[in-house]
Amino acid sequence: MTRRVYLDNNATTPVLPEVLEAMRPYFGERFGNASSIHHHGQDTRAAVERARQSVAALLGCRASEIVFTSGGTEADNLAIFGVVRSGDHVITSTIEHHAVLNSCKHLATEGCEVTYVPVDGQGLVDPADVKRAIRPNTKLITIMLANNEIGVLQPAAEIGKIAAEADIYFHTDAVQAAGKIPLDVNEIGCDLLTISGHKVHGPQGVGALYVRKGTQLEPMLYGGSHERSRRAGTENVPAIVGFGKAAELAIAGLERGDDVRGDDMKMAAARDRLERELLSIEATGLNGEGAPRVPNTTNIYFDGIEGEALVIALDLKGLAVSTGAACSSGSIEPSHVLIAMGLPVARAKASLRFSLGKQNTPEDIDLALNLIPETVSRLRDLSPVYRTVVSK
Amino acid sequence: MTDSTTIAVAMSGGVDSSAVAAMLRAEGHNVIGLTMQLWNQRRLASHAGMPESVQGRCCSIDDVYDARRVAETLGIPYYVVNHEERFERDVVRPFVEEYLAGRTPIPCSLCNNHLKFDQLLIVARQIGADQIATGHYAQVVFDEPCGRWLLKRPTDRSKDQTYFLFGLTQEQLSRTLFPLGGMTKPDVRELARKHSLAIAEKPDSQEICFVPGGDYKRFLEAYLSEQRSGSTGGDRDTLAGEMVTSDGKVIGEHAGVHNFTVGQRKGLGIATGSPLYVIQIKNDTRQVVVGKDEELYSRTLRTHRVNLISTDELREPMRVAVKIRHKHQPAAALIESAGPNEILVTFDEPQRALTPGQAAVFYDGDIVVGGGWIESSK
Repeated sequence: MTRRVYLDNNATTPVLPEVLEAMRPYFGERFGNASSIHHHGQDTRAAVERARQSVAALLGCRASEIVFTSGGTEADNLAIFGVVRSGDHVITSTIEHHAVLNSCKHLATEGCEVTYVPVDGQGLVDPADVKRAIRPNTKLITIMLANNEIGVLQPAAEIGKIAAEADIYFHTDAVQAAGKIPLDVNEIGCDLLTISGHKVHGPQGVGALYVRKGTQLEPMLYGGSHERSRRAGTENVPAIVGFGKAAELAIAGLERGDDVRGDDMKMAAARDRLERELLSIEATGLNGEGAPRVPNTTNIYFDGIEGEALVIALDLKGLAVSTGAACSSGSIEPSHVLIAMGLPVARAKASLRFSLGKQNTPEDIDLALNLIPETVSRLRDLSPVYRTVVSK
Repeated sequence: MTDSTTIAVAMSGGVDSSAVAAMLRAEGHNVIGLTMQLWNQRRLASHAGMPESVQGRCCSIDDVYDARRVAETLGIPYYVVNHEERFERDVVRPFVEEYLAGRTPIPCSLCNNHLKFDQLLIVARQIGADQIATGHYAQVVFDEPCGRWLLKRPTDRSKDQTYFLFGLTQEQLSRTLFPLGGMTKPDVRELARKHSLAIAEKPDSQEICFVPGGDYKRFLEAYLSEQRSGSTGGDRDTLAGEMVTSDGKVIGEHAGVHNFTVGQRKGLGIATGSPLYVIQIKNDTRQVVVGKDEELYSRTLRTHRVNLISTDELREPMRVAVKIRHKHQPAAALIESAGPNEILVTFDEPQRALTPGQAAVFYDGDIVVGGGWIESSK
C-alpha cells in the first residue's frame, strides 16, 4: 500500500480529531434547530453562539460581527454583492481568488466599474496604486490578505488606512491567512473579512464573514431572520461547532508560536527545509521570493517540465501537491496569479505549490524530498523542451 | 496474469476507450486513465451562429464525467490533462487554414499525430507508464523479418480507423496498444456491459469533436470572427471569388472558398439544367471550378508529408490499394517516390473526387504501407 503524504493544505485541510469530536454530538442527539424556542433549539443555539465567540476571538472582533456562511466563496460574494450597487466603482487586484475575481467580473455586467490593480514580480500590490485608483464613486476595495497559490501577504493594513481615509469599505479575503498568522480586524482596518472552516482544519461547508458594526450590508439570501437577517437559512450547526473548535485550536497554536501539535517541528521551519532542498535542484526558483509569506506555503518552478505531469506523477507515488487552479473538467490552467506576476506561461505551467498543515510530520517532508528530485529528473529526461530551456 | 506493465489509457468517456481500460485492468496491468482537455466548448459560444451553451462532443463536461465514472468503477487512477494550447496550434488552426486555402482537412489525423501519440504519450511516459492504449480499431504488431512495427487493419472492417493513423512513427507504434483491433463493436459493447460500465449503451460519436453539431462553416465563421476581434484586419472579402466552369467561363460568384469541398453538389447557388459539382478549388485565384460528374474523375494524385510504416523508404514502385477518404473503398494503384517525402499515386481506374487536404493511405492487404497528404490531382 502506498504511503500517502498530503502537502496541499491550501486546497483543504484534514479535520482535526478534536474538531470531529466536538461536532459528533450535533449529528446525533443534539439535533435541534437553533431558531426553535424549546430545549433542543436552546441547546444548539448556545453551541452556535459559543462557536461565534471562538471565531470572533480568532479575528479580534465582536461575536455580533460574525456572519456564518456556507464557506469562503459565499462570504466573498456576500461582502461584494452586499455593499456594491449599480453605478459603484470597485477596486480589486489581479491575483484574487476566483470567488472575488468572478464576482467582480459579474459586477461589471451589472453597471458597476471595476479596477484591477496589478502586482509586482513578488506578487505584491502597491498601496499607492490602490490610492490612485480611487474615484468619487468607489464603494469597495477588496484585496486579499494571503494569496492561495504563493502565500504572499499583501500590505492589508496600509490599504485599510487608505480605505478609511477615503471612507470606502475595505474587504479582505483572509481565507489563506487564518490560523497561519495572527489576525486582528482593527489592525488590518477592514470592514469585511472572509474566512473558511476547512482551511483551518475545520469541516468543509462553513465559512464566516466579519462585518464591522455599522456596515450597510444587504443580504443575498432572503428568508428567516437568521444571522441577524444578514444570511437567511437554518444554521449548519455541526459545521459551525466544528469551525468554532478549529478556531480555538488555531488560536492556541498561534499563542504557543507552535503551529504543529505536540512535536518539535515548527511549520515555517519545515516549509523552509522543503523549500531550500527543492531549490537546490537545477533550474528551479521560488515564486514570490523576498515577499512576506504565510509560514506553510511555497511555490516553486521547475523549468522545462509541465507542472500538470509532475502533479500526476507525484500523486501516483503517493504525494499530493498542486499547481494552478483546477477548471471544471479537473484539468489545469496556467495560474492567473503567476501570469499576473509576470511569469512566462511556460514557467507558470512549470510551477508547483506545496502547502503544509498541522498534521504534517518531519517524515512527510522526508518523503517529499525523496520523491520530488528523481521525479523531476525523469520528467526532464522525457521533456522535448528541457535541454533547450536550460542551455539558454 | 503474466507481467504487469503500467499502461496509460486515453479515455474519452466513450464505450471504446472505456472497454480498453476495463480489458487491460482485467489482464492485471497497472492502468492509468487519462483524458485530454483539448478545446473549451464555451469559447466561441458568444459568436454569431454558435449555440449559446455547450454543444460539442470533445472535452465536454459530460464526457469527462463519464470517463471519471468508468475509472471509478474500474478502480484505476484517472486524470485530465490540459493540451488546449497545443491542440489549437496543431489541429484547430491548421483545420481553419486548410479550408481557407480551398482544401478539405482531416483534423483527426492531425490530432493523432500531434496530440494523442505525441503529447499524451510523453505525459504517459513522464508519469511512469511504458505504453499508451487507445480505443482505435486497428492492430499493431512487430514484424521480426523486417524489424519494424506494422499497423494493420482491424478485424471489424466497418470500424477500421487505420486511415487516421497513417502518420504514426515506429517509436510511437512501439509504445502503442490497440486492444480493440481483434474485436467487433458488438463485442466491445458486451464487454462494457459485463464490466457494468455506465457508458455501455452510449452512442458512437461521428462528428469532428470540436465542431458543434458538425456545422464546420459556422465554426469557421465564429473562429475567424474571434480571431479578428481585437485586430483591425477585415480580410473577409478576399475569401470570396468567382464560380467558373472548367473551360474558364464565369457563371457566378461565391462568398468564400471555405464553403466548398471537391465533389460537393449542394449549396452551389447556381441553377442549371444538368447537376453541377465542385471540380477544383483554386487557392491562388479564389476560383471555384464547377462541372459535370464525369469531370471529377482523375487517375493520378501527388501526396506530400508522407509517412511510411511497413518500410523505411520506397525504393521502387509498389502495387498497393489506396484509400483517399475515410469511407472510400481502397482502389488498386501504383505508388512511386516523387521526391523527399513525396509520393505519386497512379490508380488503375480513375477515382472520383480526389480532394486536396485529405489523406491518401496505402495498403498492402491488411498492412498499412504508409500515407501522405493529397496535394493535387490530375
